[in-house]
Amino acid sequence: MRDTSPDRSTRSRIQQRTMTESKPIAVAMSGGVDSSAVAALLAHRGENVVGLTLQLWDQNRLAGREGIPEAPKAGRCCSLDDVYDARRVAMQLNIPYYVVNHEERFEKDVVRPFVEEYLAGRTPIPCSLCNDHLKFDQLLKTAQSIGADCIATGHYAINEFDPARDGGKGRWILKRPADRAKDQTYFLFGLTQYQLAHTLFPLGNMTKPEVREAARQHGLALAEKPDSQEICFIPGGDYKQFLNAYLDEQGRKLPETAGDLVASDGKVLGHHDGISNFTIGQRKGVGVTSPTPLYVLQIDPASHRVTLGGNADLATHSLRAGRLNWISIPALTGPMRVTIKIRHRQEPAWATLEPAGESEVVATFDEAQRAVTPGQSAVFYDGDEVVGGGWIV
Amino acid sequence: MPRIYMDANATTPLLPEVLEAMRPYWLEQFGNGSSIHQDGQKARNAIEQARETLADLLGCHAAEVIFNSGGTEGDNTAIFGMLRPGDHFITTSIEHSAVLQSAERMGQFGVETTFVAPQPSGLIDPVDVLDAVRPQTRLISVMLANNETGVRQPVEEIGKIAADCGAFFHIDAVQGAGKTPLDVRSFGCHLLSISAHKVHGPKGVGALFVRRGTPLESLLVGGSHEHRRRAGTENVPGIVGFGKAAELAMHSLEDGTIDRLAALRDRLEAGVLAIPGTGLNGSLPNREPAPRVANTINIWFDEVEGEALVIALDLKGIAVSGGSACRSGATLPSHVLLAMGLDKARARASLRLSLLKTVTEAEIDHVVKILPESVAHLRAISPVAAGTRG
Repeated sequence: MRDTSPDRSTRSRIQQRTMTESKPIAVAMSGGVDSSAVAALLAHRGENVVGLTLQLWDQNRLAGREGIPEAPKAGRCCSLDDVYDARRVAMQLNIPYYVVNHEERFEKDVVRPFVEEYLAGRTPIPCSLCNDHLKFDQLLKTAQSIGADCIATGHYAINEFDPARDGGKGRWILKRPADRAKDQTYFLFGLTQYQLAHTLFPLGNMTKPEVREAARQHGLALAEKPDSQEICFIPGGDYKQFLNAYLDEQGRKLPETAGDLVASDGKVLGHHDGISNFTIGQRKGVGVTSPTPLYVLQIDPASHRVTLGGNADLATHSLRAGRLNWISIPALTGPMRVTIKIRHRQEPAWATLEPAGESEVVATFDEAQRAVTPGQSAVFYDGDEVVGGGWIV
Repeated sequence: MPRIYMDANATTPLLPEVLEAMRPYWLEQFGNGSSIHQDGQKARNAIEQARETLADLLGCHAAEVIFNSGGTEGDNTAIFGMLRPGDHFITTSIEHSAVLQSAERMGQFGVETTFVAPQPSGLIDPVDVLDAVRPQTRLISVMLANNETGVRQPVEEIGKIAADCGAFFHIDAVQGAGKTPLDVRSFGCHLLSISAHKVHGPKGVGALFVRRGTPLESLLVGGSHEHRRRAGTENVPGIVGFGKAAELAMHSLEDGTIDRLAALRDRLEAGVLAIPGTGLNGSLPNREPAPRVANTINIWFDEVEGEALVIALDLKGIAVSGGSACRSGATLPSHVLLAMGLDKARARASLRLSLLKTVTEAEIDHVVKILPESVAHLRAISPVAAGTRG
C-alpha cells in the first residue's frame, strides 16, 4: 500500500501553478471528447501539458478467432483511430504527445481477472480495475517518471483537499460532479489519498454539453464524436465471444459449466449450457417458459446451479463487501448512515453501513434492492461525497 | 541548450550543401529525364552525374546503380526480384523489417527462409550461414551494420560463402553507408541497398546496386527507366541531393570526421556506462565492444522503463530511441535485442543513442550530465519498473 498521508503541498502547487511552472501536467488522452477537452482547457490556460495515451489492448489480437471479425471495427479504445484522434488534438494544441504501452499490465490486472471472474459465475467490472491499476497507478507512475507531477483525466468527478479533516491533518475527498448524468465516481472509489492528491479532474464542474462546447470553441474536430459506452476491449459487447476467443488464444477451453436451472425451492426447471451465460437479475434467455417472468437469482459456480425466481425474489435488504477503500474517512469504526450505489447507472439508496469481520462491511438497505450482484462494486456516499467502496461478495 | 538529436539511425537532416544542390531541380531544371528536349537532357545529365558519384561510393560501375525510393524498396526488390517458388532463402533474425516482412511474404509463395540467429555479441557467425545453406539456396541477405546496435557484420566472409555455394548475396547497407567504407567487390555481393536520408540526403530516395548479370526481376513495371529495372519517372531533385550527400559522405570517411565521431561516441559511452546498473548491448565475450560503426551505442539500464526514459529525455530536449519497435500500434521489445538473448524486460529497458557526424563535444557532455539524473529519477519513481515485468 502506498503512503496514504495527504499531500497538501501538491495541492497548493497545483492551485498556484503559473506559466513559469516547469513541471508538466500529463493529460490522459483517449481520443475522446472529454480528455481532448481537458488537454485543450489546460493548454489554453497556459499550463505545461504533455499528452499521454495508454496503449492497453491490441484490437487486432483476437481477430479471426471464434467469430471475432478479421478486421476490427474502428473507433474503439486503443484502436489506431483513437490514437490518431488524440495525436491530432495534441498536434493542434501544439503539446508533446506520446503513446505508452501497458498491454502486459492491462492483461494481467484487468483482462485476466475479468475472464476468471466470469468463469466463476460473477459479473466483473473491468473499468474499476483499469482505473485502480492502469489509469491512476501505472499512468501516474509513468507521468512522474517522465517529469510530470500530476495527471489530468476527463473523468466527471470532483476531488478537493479538506484541511479540516482528520483532526487538522486534512484529507482528500472525492465528490459527485456537476453533471449527474455523467457521474463517474462509481468507478473511482479505489483511488488512494496519494492518487487523489496527484490527479486533476478539470471537468468536475462542467456538464457534458459545456464540455462539447469547449471542444468546439477550441476548434477540436472531434467535438461531435459520440461517447463510447462499451467495455473497451470487447467491441460490440459480446462477452461470450470474447471469452471464447481469449481462451482459445490461451490454449484453454471454456470450462464445462452446464447444469440445472432450479427454482428457489430446489425444484429442477430445466438445463443450461454454462454459467457464463448468466448474470444476476437477467431475464432474457434463461431458457425456461413460465407464466410469470423468471429472473436469475443466484449462480453457484461449484454446482453450476442457476437459481431462477420472480422479480420480487431478486430484492435483498443487505449486501456484504470486501477489498474496501476509504476516501472521506480513514476507516469505518462503527455504524454509518450512507447512500449506496450497486451499479453505475442508479441513484444511491439509503443504507446503514457496519464493519464486518476483519476487512469487510455489511450494508443494510432501508428499502430492498434489486439484483445485488457479486463481483460488482458497491460505492458508499455521504451526500455528494464518496465515503469509500468495495467489491460485493 | 537547443534540442540535441541523437537518433541519426532513424534519419538525418539535409546538409546545407545538399539542399543547395537540389534547389535548381525543383523550379528551373524541372525536366523529365526521359524527354528528348534540352530540359529533359539537363535532368538526365544530373541523374547520371549522381549515378557516377554513387558508383564511386559503392565501388562499382555507374550502370550497376539503380535509383529507387529508399532502403525498403531496395530490400523488397532484391528479395521479391530474386526468389521464385521452391527457392531457399537465408537471412538473419536481426534484419530490418523490410527484409523480415519480405521473407514472410515469400513464404506464402513457396519460398522457405532460414533465419540465422546472432551471437550474444550481435555478430552473425558466418559458419552459421554456411550451415544453413541447402542445394536450393538462391539468395543470402545480411545487413552490413545493425540499425539498433551498430554492429558491423562480417559480410566479406559471408560473400565468400555465397560465392562458394553459388547463391546470390544481398546486403542491406542502409545503416553502414556514410559510417564505414562500402566496397561491393570486396563484399562479394550481387545486390546492396542504401538510402539517402541516413546520410544527410533527402527522404524518399535510395539506390540498389545490382551487379552486372544478376537476374533480378523488377518490382515496378512500366517505362524503361533505370535500365528497365525500376519503372517510374526519376525523382530528379532527390537523386541530385543523394549524389551530393554521397559525395560528402565519402569526404567524411577520408577527412577524419568519422574518427572524430568514434572518439565522441566513446566519450558518450564511457559517461553512460558510468551509471550503475548499465551495460553495453553488443559486446564480445572479452567484454570489448563487437566491431561496429562509429555512431551507434545501445545500452541497457537495470530497473528503468525504456519507454519512459525516451519520453523523459525528449521533454528535456534530447531525442533518442528505445529498445522497442512500434508495429501496428503494439510496442514490442526489440527483435534484435531479443535475438541476441536479452530478456524482454532488459530489451525494453534499453536505449539507442545514434550520433550525427555533426555532433559536438558540448552536446555529448550535456547528455552525459542529464542522462544519469533522468535514470535516477525513474528508478526512484518506479523502483521495480512495473510496466516491464510480468
